[in-house]
Amino acid sequence: MKMRLDEQVVALRAAREFEDGSVVNLGYGMPALCANLIPEGRTIFFQSENGILGYGSLATDEEKDYELINASDQPVTPLAGMCFFDSAASFDMIRGGHIDIVVLGAYQVSAKGDLANWGRPDRPATGMGGGMDLATGAKKVIVTMLHTTKEGKPRIVKECTYPITARQCVALIVTDLAVIEVSKQGLVLKEIAPGWTVEEVQALTEPRLAVAADLKEITL
Amino acid sequence: MAVQKVYSSPDDALADIFDGATVMIGGFGSFGGLPINLITALSRQGAKNLTIIANAGGVGFELSKRIKPEGYQDIGILFEKGQVKKFIGSMPALGGMPPTAPIEKAYNKGKIAIEMVPQGTLAERIRAGAGGLGGFYTPVGVGTIVEAGKEKKLINGKEYILELPLVADFALIKAHKADTLGNLVYRGTARCFNPVMAMAARVTIVEVDKLVPPGELDPEAVVTPHVYVDRVVEVTK
Repeated sequence: MKMRLDEQVVALRAAREFEDGSVVNLGYGMPALCANLIPEGRTIFFQSENGILGYGSLATDEEKDYELINASDQPVTPLAGMCFFDSAASFDMIRGGHIDIVVLGAYQVSAKGDLANWGRPDRPATGMGGGMDLATGAKKVIVTMLHTTKEGKPRIVKECTYPITARQCVALIVTDLAVIEVSKQGLVLKEIAPGWTVEEVQALTEPRLAVAADLKEITL
Repeated sequence: MAVQKVYSSPDDALADIFDGATVMIGGFGSFGGLPINLITALSRQGAKNLTIIANAGGVGFELSKRIKPEGYQDIGILFEKGQVKKFIGSMPALGGMPPTAPIEKAYNKGKIAIEMVPQGTLAERIRAGAGGLGGFYTPVGVGTIVEAGKEKKLINGKEYILELPLVADFALIKAHKADTLGNLVYRGTARCFNPVMAMAARVTIVEVDKLVPPGELDPEAVVTPHVYVDRVVEVTK
């Protein structure tokens, strides 16, 4: 088996997209790891939909305060300048376009950037949480996910078969194999995991990938 | 003289919740912000056929240990006791947890109905209900199952769907401090859904960590004005 990038590395690569001073919301799972992986020298204001702006890293066991959590139910640390607000105000912020970047997990992303990240056919009682609001309202949607399912099937597909979160919202997909940009012309392979070829990544991706002229290896 | 709002126990504060009532329950989902003492009192009180409006359906005591090692009771107990007929919220069950939460078991057995609402739409529907509005148009859910059966409208070239207000007979709320008039302040991310729900129910019942006399809360810091609050009970942490 060829090596794939681990979750920390995928999150680290996604976090490199955060520009200095940006307001960023992190989804459940791999995205939440980004809070601990900010590129050095940049100030990022993390917003979480439960009503907090400007928290720090994930809390250690000694630091845990369950009235200071992110939307993944993980205690986080306070930072100077942090503020709190209620859920209605939080989603005004989200729908109103005041969040620069949201990083979300996904079951599937389509060739057009449709996102499916909440509904599992085998788990009809699971809900979308704030995913639809975030995918609709954030200025830029970055997806972090494993490139394939446990069975090895592509998660980047021509059309999503899982329930849609929002249409044509994804701008960038960071997986354990590749960094792919969603453009008007289709999906563009920008970066590739060390040791993998374009053909190998294409074989695990349903839609055709255009290859960027400056295709690079994913470096950290 | 002002109405007496202070109750001596959670059980006294919600004794009149009736069968078939619609009850909003504040919090986000996990431990912080949930009115746990009121929830467990409602489970003892036993009202049935409830419609519960809450962000999350809870995970139940066993799974809660994955969030907080010592575990805690949440909305799950109301499903375990068979008190709920319908749940309205954004995260009935969590995909990141095993499928053993009480709400998920109840739903899979066909015992409850679920209305799935995007989280921001849920907050705004409650705020609309609180503020006497007939609804609002939102872009969230366009092109998804959420738009099914809803009026759609083009506004400035963009598609929106109409969402209707939510109100309740009772709201169970967690705040950090209240004065005896019912003014509320919150702590940290425990604020979340509590302030909007506190405004949207006919009877709003609040549990607080600390009850103080009028004048002790900074008027500039009050989040929920006392006009929205009907009953307050101080609980020990």
